[in-house]
Amino acid sequence: MSSQHSVKVVSPEQSAKARMAILRRLKFSDVIFENLAKAAAYTVLLLLGGIIISLIIGAWPAIEAYGLNFLTTTRWAPSLKPQPILGALGPIYGTLVSSLIAMIIAVPVGLGIAIFLTELCPHWLRRPISIAVELLAGIPSIIYGMWGFFVLGPYLAVHVEPQLIAFFADVPVLNAVFSGPASNLSLFNASLVLAIMILPFITSIARDVFTTVPPVLKEAAYGAGCTTWEVVWNIVIPYTRVGVIGGVMLALGRALGETMAVTFVIGNAFKIQSSIFAPSTTISAAIASEFAESGGLHQSALILLGLLLFVLTFIVLAAARLMLKQLETKQGK
Amino acid sequence: MKISTIFAAAGLMLGLSAPIAQAADISGAGATFPFPIYAKWADSYKKETGNGLNYQSIGSGAGIKQIQAKTVTFGATDAPLTAEELKKAGLVQWPMVMGGIVPVVNIDGVKPGELVLDGVTLANIFLGKIKSWDDAAIKKLNPTVTLPAAGITVVRRSDGSGTTFNFTDYLSKVSADWKSTVGAAASVEWPVGVGAKGNDGVAGNVGQTKNSIGYVEYAYAKQNKLTHVDLMNKAGKHVSPTMAAFQAAAANADWAKAEGYYVILTDQAGEQSWPLTAATFILMHAEPQDKAASTEALKFFGWAFAKGDKMAEELDYIPMPAPVVKLIEATWAKDIKTK
Repeated sequence: MSSQHSVKVVSPEQSAKARMAILRRLKFSDVIFENLAKAAAYTVLLLLGGIIISLIIGAWPAIEAYGLNFLTTTRWAPSLKPQPILGALGPIYGTLVSSLIAMIIAVPVGLGIAIFLTELCPHWLRRPISIAVELLAGIPSIIYGMWGFFVLGPYLAVHVEPQLIAFFADVPVLNAVFSGPASNLSLFNASLVLAIMILPFITSIARDVFTTVPPVLKEAAYGAGCTTWEVVWNIVIPYTRVGVIGGVMLALGRALGETMAVTFVIGNAFKIQSSIFAPSTTISAAIASEFAESGGLHQSALILLGLLLFVLTFIVLAAARLMLKQLETKQGK
Repeated sequence: MKISTIFAAAGLMLGLSAPIAQAADISGAGATFPFPIYAKWADSYKKETGNGLNYQSIGSGAGIKQIQAKTVTFGATDAPLTAEELKKAGLVQWPMVMGGIVPVVNIDGVKPGELVLDGVTLANIFLGKIKSWDDAAIKKLNPTVTLPAAGITVVRRSDGSGTTFNFTDYLSKVSADWKSTVGAAASVEWPVGVGAKGNDGVAGNVGQTKNSIGYVEYAYAKQNKLTHVDLMNKAGKHVSPTMAAFQAAAANADWAKAEGYYVILTDQAGEQSWPLTAATFILMHAEPQDKAASTEALKFFGWAFAKGDKMAEELDYIPMPAPVVKLIEATWAKDIKTK
């Protein structure tokens, strides 16, 4: 019996050799693949490092000249003799406040759209709304800027801002936030444009993660007599919290760095004013407006502004990571 | 402007100096204000001679930097360099063409040229001291015009600009307050107002915002059909922004005596002179590295002086007067070593 079979069976050494050859070939291609992937990953680190280093080099004269005062000065006088007085507080304030207002508007609306699309929307309406939201993300920012400049700004200045100013005139604190005069170009206008721009980010990510909720969970909740609101609030959102926060942070990152649209509508004034209807500026708008014509310390200060934006965005992302981690550990208790 | 800004920023952040293609074409970079006329000249010149001009309108400050870095054959600026700065950088400077800056307003019921302001009042508006259109100082100058009791929205440039340099230079000459608190420069610390990018940005903003005031190059006011404001000039005369008034101011300038042609045409004497007239300048190295390219560039400028006047006037620029052109050509021969 065994002799009959031994004709077909390859000797153990031979088979091992053949297998080794195949494995070696596979290993070789694996090593190449691994190295290519590694190189791609390291390139990103290298680029990031290069950007940070060149920003620091470019910003060094300003760091030397102003030090920490740069962060607390509101004046921006690039041609003052003998030395310009330049401070970042105005643009930092404008960047943070415009992003904050944009988030306050865009997060509830964006999540609302996503909930409607995944839970409530009749089937035939889903696609048109989804496509419309995604198209919003595809519009170049300069178009938003032009729209904010030509359409939204004048409309707000005539039909919204005066009414808000009158409405809040007798409310303490808020009457300073909503104070006149109404202006076409303002922090408020920029915030609204930003809100519309980041809406699709929040909506499409939230919609995608909402659809990952296992139907059985929702069905069980509905079966137990939950209302749609209860299902969304107690099942869908807790299940997808991490993804939703990720989407919101991505949107915040975009809002902090958005340049052209904001430059069009914010009014580019290096001032901190209590009213959100007053012109202001953001870090990226300041750089976009002034970089080409700048020189010396002025240019260095603009690069330092860029470095600050970099740090600011980094802090936002790091904070998001930290929050997500805490959430995960809480869930895993 | 936008794209050039991004490229400049990107180039800088990567630590690269952007080299500019140096083919047979003449390369130049700088001021945005003369870009339309340079482009038009270049187009005709190419048709006539086959030689092209590659002009990047990236702003006066950037133009100065490019010529200092020798990445272009010539630089262009609206704010002239002083004789001292020229000597230090080894550059030769001359005026190429002139134009006018006009204050523009958007007030219901006020037609172009109806409103007149003097320098001090204009400065006080831009200082934020005059806040309303029915201010006594404005009323005094315009007893017959009905002015609203509405707040003034000041519109000014957000980017550094040769237009701003000339405008603030004028305000510094007529208002001691302006001179001490703001001064004259391409980008200043504005006490009030909203900043808009470029001449077109200011024009668009004034066109949209009721009760606003801004300042733009004459061509932009004309193209956008904005309401221009008349001014009281140095001689105390009421003048309108016309080619004749710009020319009157330009004729006043004593180019021959100005070292490096450093002449700022604002607030010139003369009964007809428009007080906000400005020249735009060309910069070239006295000892260029690429002598052939510089010869070509000078040929182009010579051609523009000889044949470009009509084209300039069509675009509302003022050509340099013939005697000044003679002076400039003598400067070329004397100061630029192309051989």
